Amino acid sequence: MRTMGKYIVKRILLMFLTMFIIMTICFILIKMLPLPAVREMGRDVNLILAKREAMGYSKPLLVQYFLLLKNVFLHWDWGVGEQMYEALNVWDVLVQKLPYTVLVNLYSILMAIPLGLVFGIYAALKKNRWQDHVVSTLVVVFISVPSYVYAFIVQYLFCYKLGWFPLTIESLESTAFFSGRMLVSMMPAILSLGFGVIAGLTRYTRAELSEVLTSEFMLLARTKGLTKAQATSRHALRNAMVVILPMIIGEFIGILGGSLIIEKIFAIPGVGSLYVSAVNVRDYNFFMALTVFYTFIGLASSIVIDISYGIIDPRIRMGSKK
Amino acid sequence: MSNRNEMPAIPLEKLRFAQKDERLHDVKFETKPIGYFKDAWLRFRNNKSAVVAAVLIVLLLLFALIVPLISNYDVNFRDGFYKTVLPKNPALSGLGIWDGFKKQRETQAGYDYYTSIGIETGREVVRNISEPTVDATGLTYYSMEVDSYSKVGFIYSNLTLDEYRALQQYQDETGIQVIYPLQNTFLTNYVMGNMGANLWYKLANPAPTSDGLALYDENGKHIPNYMLSANASQADYKSSRIAGDDGGADGQSWYVYAQKNQSGYKVRVDYYEFFKFKNGFEPVFLFGTNIYGQDIFTCLASGARLSFLLAISVSLINFFIGAMYGAVEGYYGGTTDILMERISDVLSAVPFLVVVTLFKMHLAAKVGALVSLLFAYVMTGWVGMAARVRMQFYRFKGQEYILAARTLGAKDRRLIFKHIFPNAIGTIITGSVLSIPGVIFSESTLSYLGIISLETSSMTSIGTMLANGQGYLSTFPHIILFPSLFISILMISFNLFGNGLRDAFNPSLRGADE
Repeated sequence: MRTMGKYIVKRILLMFLTMFIIMTICFILIKMLPLPAVREMGRDVNLILAKREAMGYSKPLLVQYFLLLKNVFLHWDWGVGEQMYEALNVWDVLVQKLPYTVLVNLYSILMAIPLGLVFGIYAALKKNRWQDHVVSTLVVVFISVPSYVYAFIVQYLFCYKLGWFPLTIESLESTAFFSGRMLVSMMPAILSLGFGVIAGLTRYTRAELSEVLTSEFMLLARTKGLTKAQATSRHALRNAMVVILPMIIGEFIGILGGSLIIEKIFAIPGVGSLYVSAVNVRDYNFFMALTVFYTFIGLASSIVIDISYGIIDPRIRMGSKK
Repeated sequence: MSNRNEMPAIPLEKLRFAQKDERLHDVKFETKPIGYFKDAWLRFRNNKSAVVAAVLIVLLLLFALIVPLISNYDVNFRDGFYKTVLPKNPALSGLGIWDGFKKQRETQAGYDYYTSIGIETGREVVRNISEPTVDATGLTYYSMEVDSYSKVGFIYSNLTLDEYRALQQYQDETGIQVIYPLQNTFLTNYVMGNMGANLWYKLANPAPTSDGLALYDENGKHIPNYMLSANASQADYKSSRIAGDDGGADGQSWYVYAQKNQSGYKVRVDYYEFFKFKNGFEPVFLFGTNIYGQDIFTCLASGARLSFLLAISVSLINFFIGAMYGAVEGYYGGTTDILMERISDVLSAVPFLVVVTLFKMHLAAKVGALVSLLFAYVMTGWVGMAARVRMQFYRFKGQEYILAARTLGAKDRRLIFKHIFPNAIGTIITGSVLSIPGVIFSESTLSYLGIISLETSSMTSIGTMLANGQGYLSTFPHIILFPSLFISILMISFNLFGNGLRDAFNPSLRGADE
């Protein structure tokens, strides 16, 4: 366990180092671009200008960088919106957008995991029979087709033709966050996101489980007298899970990132929409914060996946020399 | 079972030497040797879905390359009147499918309007008209299929003198009526389309508050409302006349076909025929048009060409950079490896979205959006390839044949390129091919989101086409249908093809037919 702890600390330190480097590169590249003028918005202009002065925009680059790091590390202050959400704290806006992205993705993953596992297990148990071929063919199709194509199909079929779901999601003013109406209005996005995840999980589960099913301890388990169901659930599934679970856990971290294109199609006011508008209006404070945010998610999910291997299966010693 | 030890006695004279004078040496194989690629090809050939996918990819590639060359239209082509017309395939039109007809629900005024266009032009504008239904408010409705091409009907056009003469000459030569008589002006607010150019019939209520209902004669026919003149060739019109234009009973009331104004002549033309006169071909849009009146078929091919161009260049460039980087990392190992790995670690941690955005902000204005996008893909894209090559090098560099070659005096370069690289080539090619759909997908996503804009006068991208059609998904789904279909087939084909390649190159599958 000591090597494990050391490994985790090492990975986290490396993550922060990587993030620091990326933040630095990003800072330099942004400062090389011309600074957009603050739009006239009455009182707010002075606020933004004052904030710029406080961030040292008239001082040398190194001072600016130092001030940025100081603000971020000491006060967790990422500046204020300059071109959009004028004079509002960037981090507050980001946190306010996060629940939409998380909720949509959470629902879709919660829907996809059981289905993906069931299809995958079914295909593995029926390996090389027609059921397996049907599932595998569908998996290739569903993995390949881009998520926005599902979004168009879902929107056209369920929203326009059948009228089951509203076109855009409910706003928080009209309904509570965890209400049924919110869930129904999120359904098109949840479905569009779900297809790909289901297919991915099915493929993964099928591959892992069918490999485990052919291993020799399964033969031993059957020889001991276990029925096929017993052997599969007690031995094969548990061993296959060693590889499948970390992938699922990784998905859970990844939901923070969300899907930009689904958010755009269904007008979900999430983090992805925030990023797209930040790029379009060139608000560099938002851009900086979101860059670090997305980098963090990418790195964190890979760390969590690696660590969870070791926790789920103590036979795997992460970071050990052998 | 016979006794094996019991040899029948063979007389000595029947025995002779097989090779008495000849020297024994190796015989050259009569069969052809099966090389690495041939072996892979043999296995690939057995994978039916991969072969089909490869054929599909070639077809889509040909579509992207050839269509922009032979098409009547180009990306620049925009027709202001044939906006959002439905797909029409002349070969299938007779069967009643894919012929540009759209089911519509119309009021009595709409019914009068669309049938009138059919009567005046002689083309089939509406068909399958249902029995009228009356709703709760007392309005009459018909459901019918309307030809999205012919329903444009007539437009007013201002021609210069030369154009006017050329059009008359065209009419005389081909015998096709393009210019139709002008009508008496209404004082009505009901104009329907094309600034009232289609209202050639008398209205039941010609007041400004008109609801657009046509006035019928006793036979239930529209009554013409053409402008009349005593002069048969009013405004220099000397070409063919429509049926019924015979000067009237007094020989003084001829229809008026044009009006002279400051810039030239104002005429009322049948747009379908006018289009043919203007462009020299019939208005047929195989996949319909979008909201700007662009031909979706041509735009799609053009967008696909862009995607292919980008994806193939990216995968080739990444192939070279990644192979070099990975080879050096994997071959030398040690400190070199650790340092180089840290660089690729940092690069791979940068979200691709951020890379694209930064490249766009810095470079798009200087070198163009496409080149900046290419740089963005190359910037981080090679990392995956390098990791793959590095792994192959670690796998092979410790093997005995490398040691043997080194002992015989082979230099590093020779070892890398002659001994290790050919062994890793299968994995590398598979990786390159499998990276192509990823590039196409993310390119379409990025241009859909508007993060990059690849739309120029001569190019468009699939993502842009999708974004243009999204607001019209409920009314004109064909705008999105064809690009979506194309990209879906392309992605499925590339994935199947890539999987087939992987299985074909992967020697661990040798001899095992699954």
